Amino acid sequence: MFGNTSLTHFLFGRLSWEAIPYHEPILVVTFAVVALGGLALLALITKYRLWGYLWHEWFTSVDHKKIGIMYIILAIIMLLRGFSDAVMMRIQQAIAFNGSEGYLPPHHYDQVFTAHGVIMIFFVAMPFVTGFMNYVVPLQIGARDVSFPFLNNFSFWMTTAGAIIIMMSLFVGEFARTGWLAYPPLSGAAYSPGVGVDYYIWGLQVAGVGTTLSGINLIATIVKMRAPGMTFMKMPVFTWTSLCTNILIVATFPILTATLALLSLDRYVGTNFFTNDLGGNPMMYINLIWIWGHPEVYILVLPAFGIFSEVVATFCGKRLFGYASMVYATCVIMILSYLVWLHHFFTMGSGASVNAFFGITTMIISIPTGAKMFNWLFTMYRGRIRYDVPMLWTVGFMVTFVIGGMTGVMLAIPPADFVLHNSLFLIAHFHNVIIGGVLFGLLAGVNYWFPKAFGYRLDPFWGKLSFWFWQIGFFVAFMPLYVLGLMGVTRRVSQFEDPSLQIWFIIAAVGAFLIALGILAFIVQLVVSFLRRDELRDTTGDPWDGRTLEWSTSSPPPDYNFAFTPVVHDHDSWYDMKSRGYERPLTGFRPIHMPKNTGTGIILAGISTVLAFALIWYIWWLAALSFIAIVAVSIGHTFNYHRDFFIPADTVVATEEARTKTLAERT
Amino acid sequence: MSATQVQETEKPQFYLTEEHHPENSTMLGFWIYLMSDCLIFAVLFATHGVLGRSYAAGPSPADLFDLGLVAFNTAMLLLSSITYGFAMLQMERGAKMETLVWLAVTGLFGATFLGVELYEFHHLILEGAGPTRSAFLSSFFTLVGTHGLHVTFGTIWLITLMMQVGKHGLTPENRRRLMCLSMFWHFLDVIWIGVFSFVYLLGVLG
Repeated sequence: MFGNTSLTHFLFGRLSWEAIPYHEPILVVTFAVVALGGLALLALITKYRLWGYLWHEWFTSVDHKKIGIMYIILAIIMLLRGFSDAVMMRIQQAIAFNGSEGYLPPHHYDQVFTAHGVIMIFFVAMPFVTGFMNYVVPLQIGARDVSFPFLNNFSFWMTTAGAIIIMMSLFVGEFARTGWLAYPPLSGAAYSPGVGVDYYIWGLQVAGVGTTLSGINLIATIVKMRAPGMTFMKMPVFTWTSLCTNILIVATFPILTATLALLSLDRYVGTNFFTNDLGGNPMMYINLIWIWGHPEVYILVLPAFGIFSEVVATFCGKRLFGYASMVYATCVIMILSYLVWLHHFFTMGSGASVNAFFGITTMIISIPTGAKMFNWLFTMYRGRIRYDVPMLWTVGFMVTFVIGGMTGVMLAIPPADFVLHNSLFLIAHFHNVIIGGVLFGLLAGVNYWFPKAFGYRLDPFWGKLSFWFWQIGFFVAFMPLYVLGLMGVTRRVSQFEDPSLQIWFIIAAVGAFLIALGILAFIVQLVVSFLRRDELRDTTGDPWDGRTLEWSTSSPPPDYNFAFTPVVHDHDSWYDMKSRGYERPLTGFRPIHMPKNTGTGIILAGISTVLAFALIWYIWWLAALSFIAIVAVSIGHTFNYHRDFFIPADTVVATEEARTKTLAERT
Repeated sequence: MSATQVQETEKPQFYLTEEHHPENSTMLGFWIYLMSDCLIFAVLFATHGVLGRSYAAGPSPADLFDLGLVAFNTAMLLLSSITYGFAMLQMERGAKMETLVWLAVTGLFGATFLGVELYEFHHLILEGAGPTRSAFLSSFFTLVGTHGLHVTFGTIWLITLMMQVGKHGLTPENRRRLMCLSMFWHFLDVIWIGVFSFVYLLGVLG
């Protein structure tokens, strides 16, 4: 870069101008758009002098509600990135026929499908789910914050740092071309010598630290911080599913961390864990990564099941049917999810007995899941159903997810899997359960809890429009893939020979376009609701006639959530309180003990990003320096013993009186 | 129903008028963290179980390991756990100076352990039995090295805590931190017993 090669090499590692993809027009245009958008955003923040506000009120905040909202904002931004990858793939596959190579060369196409998978799972679904758990769980259990508020802020920023590392690969260097799980030997140094897999590894490692810590934090919160009277069997179902999800997170993410660490040792040090020679064993990676990977899909879907349970009970005006069976089903799914990983590679050749065992355990999971489905149906039966937007998503989920579940049982049959393995049938199946299960649940949750978080409801018209575009778009986009998969078309192919297949890909592309309209309608819904916020204002704190404790607070809740810690007598505790003549306390407020904000989380995550960048580009001096900085900042943080403060009683009184006034004006 | 009966007789209490102090979660949280760390070791042990015989025509454990040295090192780590226990006993008595002395002794044992481990690694690499030689050696170095890294961080943490105890005394925060490090230190001891038994003893037995 600057002539003197050895010094340049020392200073910049393998980073050079070649790493900037200025010869790829798609990337240049993307970069221009992102850069202009980013600059405009920064200029606006500066113009309205929002930096101080953002730093003090949001970035350094240890308030679980603000952290939850930031998680969900991250997820929505990354959804746009992950979805544009999806659209690129759909267009490429729809046109790359009859000798046309399409517009994406294979090396670019391979990066796109890898990025799509990684981003959608790790940086859309995970932060979305974690965001909801952060926001809702402390409110549902009557707590003022999570067990470890600083750790919560740190976890969020580590997740964001991981997302930033993945996004960097778009404009500096390249991303992995290996598929979202980076199977060796393809992902080893011999076959992927570039920086792509290293971006993948370090992005996931940095985010993984955040995910594991947030899992520990939420388990401790749910076990230790519940309001008096809330025994385990009186916890709201969403809190139950969150508990099981976080147990799964803590029980599996370390496996991912260790597995990726072994892969990075293979790549950086030259060890032989997953190589083809000197005794290495690539199939061990595939076993290990799926021991994490299968529970991961339940990590995503269990909270969605929790959201549906809350929504069904609320919008049918009934107690959830079979609360205890719902809890047991969740726990059974949590345990079984650990015993099925091998069904992802029946074709490994582990023999009929092993395949039969994993096939049967996989099919058994459909029993507790089916029990849940019947519980929701029986809750609706003779309920007074209100078809508000969250309920629409729930009904859409029930239809869609059952289809996905049934194709899952088909794939669980080892002989059938030998035919369908790695085909588009599989792709259709897991999109069917992840979109139909996880994503529909998350969007139901957005519509359900938005008034709690922001004080006004989301516009129902645009919400319904978004729902119908998603619902119809989903079927148009993925049913053709089932057909193609049954015809034997494999996944991750960028060009096709057989022209008779093209029509199905064109239909799928139309479906993707409909989904794009669904996402657009969702964004319009956010904007329209903001503009109409005075009409949509929720002054009660309980816009849906809710049943759990979060609806007993104002919308949005005060910093301290509950002026007095609630006492719980039943599992629909807020409904119980309302029906037994609860009166809001108006006097006797005390100062409230709260944790202080801190900038350590964002600083540590920032240095971690630098460390990851240095490791990816072999800039060893910077890696060493940033590593030392991380240790030093962490130790420095432990010397700060003054981490809490009291909200004065006067402030509490003022906040509560304002709410009393709002409530009085209503009636 | 019972709910309506209750309503007729008495109105239940729906909130606490006194300040509510949930139990401190640090010990539980740290336990869960240790279990997650334990899973990382579980992966490394499993990896060693799969690859531990893949010598790739290179040296085997019987050719490489000096059990006398490893036994000495095991003794160092076990002694460090005992002395950490003494430090905790002194902490319970509220004796700051004695606590610090036992912590220092623990740190010295830990440092000896690390020194011997580094010597062993150095020696193996010089013999041409480095981590890249075979899958067996890759998994050996990674498992033992990961444990060693944990001991290193434990030692840094120990020094930090000694400074904090020296500065602020045995305050409730510092007691809690000493308790966490205690669990961490004993946990590493347990892991090492696994390493000594499965990697060294069973390895040499072949």
